[in-house]
Amino acid sequence: MAEILDLSTFVERTPSGNSHITLAVDGVSCAGCIRKIESGLAKLPGVIDVRLNFTQKRLIVDWRGGEIDPARIVKAVEDLGYGAHPFAPARIEAAENRQAKWLLRCLAVAGFAAMNVMLLSISVWSGNGSDMTQETRDLFHWLSALIALPAAAYAGQPFFQSAWGALRTRQLNMDVPITVGVVLALALSVSETATHAAHAYFDSALMLLFFLLCGRYLDQMVRRRTKVFAGNLASLKAEFAHRLDGGEVARVPADALSPGDCVLVRPGERVPADGTVIAGSSAIDESLVTGETAPRAVAAGATIYAGSINFSGALTVRVDTAGSGTLVDEVERLLDKAMQAKSRTVRLADRASRLYAPVVHATAALTALGWLVAGASVHDAIVTAVAVLIITCPCALALAIPAVQVVASGQLFRSGVILNTGDAIERLAEADTVVFDKTGTLTLPEPCADAASIDPDLLERAARLALSSRHPLAVALARHARERIPYPGAVEEPGAGVRALIDGEEGRLGSPAFCGVADSERYDGTADAEASFIVFCRGGRSADIPIRQVLRPDAVAVVQALIARGLEVMVLSGDRPATVAPVAERLGAQQWRAGLNPAEKIAVIELLKSQGRRVLMVGDGLNDAPALAAAHVSLSPISAADLTQAHADALFLGDRLGPVLRAVAVTRRARMLMKQNLALAVIYNAVAMPVAIAGLVTPLIAAIAMSASSILVTLNALRARLTVPGAVGAGAVPAQTAVTASASAGEPVGSVARGASMEYAS
Amino acid sequence: MNVLIYLVPVALALGLTGLVAFLWSLKSGQYDDLDGAAVRILPDDDISQDSMLG
Repeated sequence: MAEILDLSTFVERTPSGNSHITLAVDGVSCAGCIRKIESGLAKLPGVIDVRLNFTQKRLIVDWRGGEIDPARIVKAVEDLGYGAHPFAPARIEAAENRQAKWLLRCLAVAGFAAMNVMLLSISVWSGNGSDMTQETRDLFHWLSALIALPAAAYAGQPFFQSAWGALRTRQLNMDVPITVGVVLALALSVSETATHAAHAYFDSALMLLFFLLCGRYLDQMVRRRTKVFAGNLASLKAEFAHRLDGGEVARVPADALSPGDCVLVRPGERVPADGTVIAGSSAIDESLVTGETAPRAVAAGATIYAGSINFSGALTVRVDTAGSGTLVDEVERLLDKAMQAKSRTVRLADRASRLYAPVVHATAALTALGWLVAGASVHDAIVTAVAVLIITCPCALALAIPAVQVVASGQLFRSGVILNTGDAIERLAEADTVVFDKTGTLTLPEPCADAASIDPDLLERAARLALSSRHPLAVALARHARERIPYPGAVEEPGAGVRALIDGEEGRLGSPAFCGVADSERYDGTADAEASFIVFCRGGRSADIPIRQVLRPDAVAVVQALIARGLEVMVLSGDRPATVAPVAERLGAQQWRAGLNPAEKIAVIELLKSQGRRVLMVGDGLNDAPALAAAHVSLSPISAADLTQAHADALFLGDRLGPVLRAVAVTRRARMLMKQNLALAVIYNAVAMPVAIAGLVTPLIAAIAMSASSILVTLNALRARLTVPGAVGAGAVPAQTAVTASASAGEPVGSVARGASMEYAS
Repeated sequence: MNVLIYLVPVALALGLTGLVAFLWSLKSGQYDDLDGAAVRILPDDDISQDSMLG
């Protein structure tokens, strides 16, 4: 059936009447690809500009008016051999981009000013030791002020704004002492210059800003990179729906559906949105929604949820308003409760600065008082107090944690873990109990055929025949086909099976009835609780092929390694006890519970929390979302339901469970380095503060001390890169280097074997 | 020391030129695709066959 691909929601119209679209492209790996795509698309009539961003793996196409259908552009890229997925740039990403550019501008200004002022300062320092006249020194100080004041006013904005924001809500953050330090240093320097004094601190203030902006920018860069990657992944995963417009079927992105639309869900497809069945009957697999692996029969009037897989018959579904389903309602309600109950954990940096700021400010005040009592002039007492503030300004402290975060999130990124929240690193490191969901988390998101029990020759024929079917069980079986060419002339009978002539004899694959085998009790799932069966027959021989959920390839090794690291492992599943027990036993999990609904999952997690445990929840189903929100920290595989992903602190990619272990190892090490860095910063202050209180700090000493401590903590943070965090246990898990996502838009979801692979932009 | 009268402004002007150049390059999007810039220099399609032979 000829379908219309409707991508109009992704096209932006520019004020000049031209059109603009952004596509996430995959498979681009070299200079040749860039040229091929850019010159290939430039040939389309009406195209004004094509630009492939190689770093972000995104293609931006502009064309005149509405001359080209965006679907043609996608088709053109696909014809060149690359995957293209329309991409709606998130508003948050645009904001991050602006923020990054702004920080870089501030950094450039601070760097320029710091260099020029340092040039003048070094002249003054050496001149003070020899024969510099007072007039020359004053000239140099005024020149420094001329450069430093506007530069600090511009480059200091990120700190001034954040400090003001914190003070308005009656809180202290790291930016408050920074702002106080910078402003006081500049004000003191101006007044010292006006009174022809020998020392001014213009260079200290600017150097401080420069170092701090470096830390800020690095932090921002990592966050932005993971956002870009997550955005591409989301568009790669984006589901398409078949919308019924009158008599026609249009393929539209699932995001573009609105309540009241009618969609056609064919066998093997994923349900694109929550809704009510208005025609047709089928069995649907709701494992992504409830964790239950046995299919549920649905007919007209039934409520179905986005993410379920349609098994046997075509369904016509009316899209309902989001959250109208009873289960979704329940999940949303529990989520709200869990979010409210979740105490915002205080980040290490904020905790440090809450202690730090009052101590520093009190010390400065006491210094001034002490000198006054000791008989010093008011001027000298204030100068010494400001010197204390400058030297203790948390330069090293403000770099200590971001520097480690940059290195750690880069490492996590390379091992296939994408952080959703900034403080996930600290909370992951604190976890002492890991709670796994079973279906889709410990097991692979798609079922596989149990190949061991079947004659390989028979399996190959059955699998090749399965290539011609869209039924999820057949799709699972088809992955075993070595020769990936479907038999010619294969015919699929909807709801029954597929048949074809195989080497002159008819072969059939499908339900027992379709294959002419008596329907025994084993097919209804009572004999083997874990497996669904598909029957293959040819030439009088028939075989039952069990299709079951299989564990992720390294699940056992990862769970064992987690236990070896002293974490307690628990399995909480919404599935039947009969299917959960063997899994828990194979993994060696200390505890398991089955048949839990979302509220019961939360209850177990709350119980663990009340015992003082910090729970890392790993889950993928819609029913896991509240539990993820309730846990101390949470992880989701990339195949998880959208709502669940949104509430996870981090996502992991690929078919392996290894990233979970790697995340724990990397973050624990990162936390150790953060604490080391904080200790270094404290030692630095313990040495520098007495010198400052004694009134011995000259601008030269301040410059040396501040840069030395900043460089020291940065180097310590980089140590995380040099040594790979501990071995992964018996079955070492290699870092994932590529992601496979079910990508071919509009294809049956099960066709992961052909899924596109996408490289990390590292 | 009179030499400072023009040396200092010249030094500052040079520094400012560098700063302005950086801000301009940032604004014109030259840092948007650093990996792309690294590989885009590899294809030789801007050199015609004749000039390569000659």
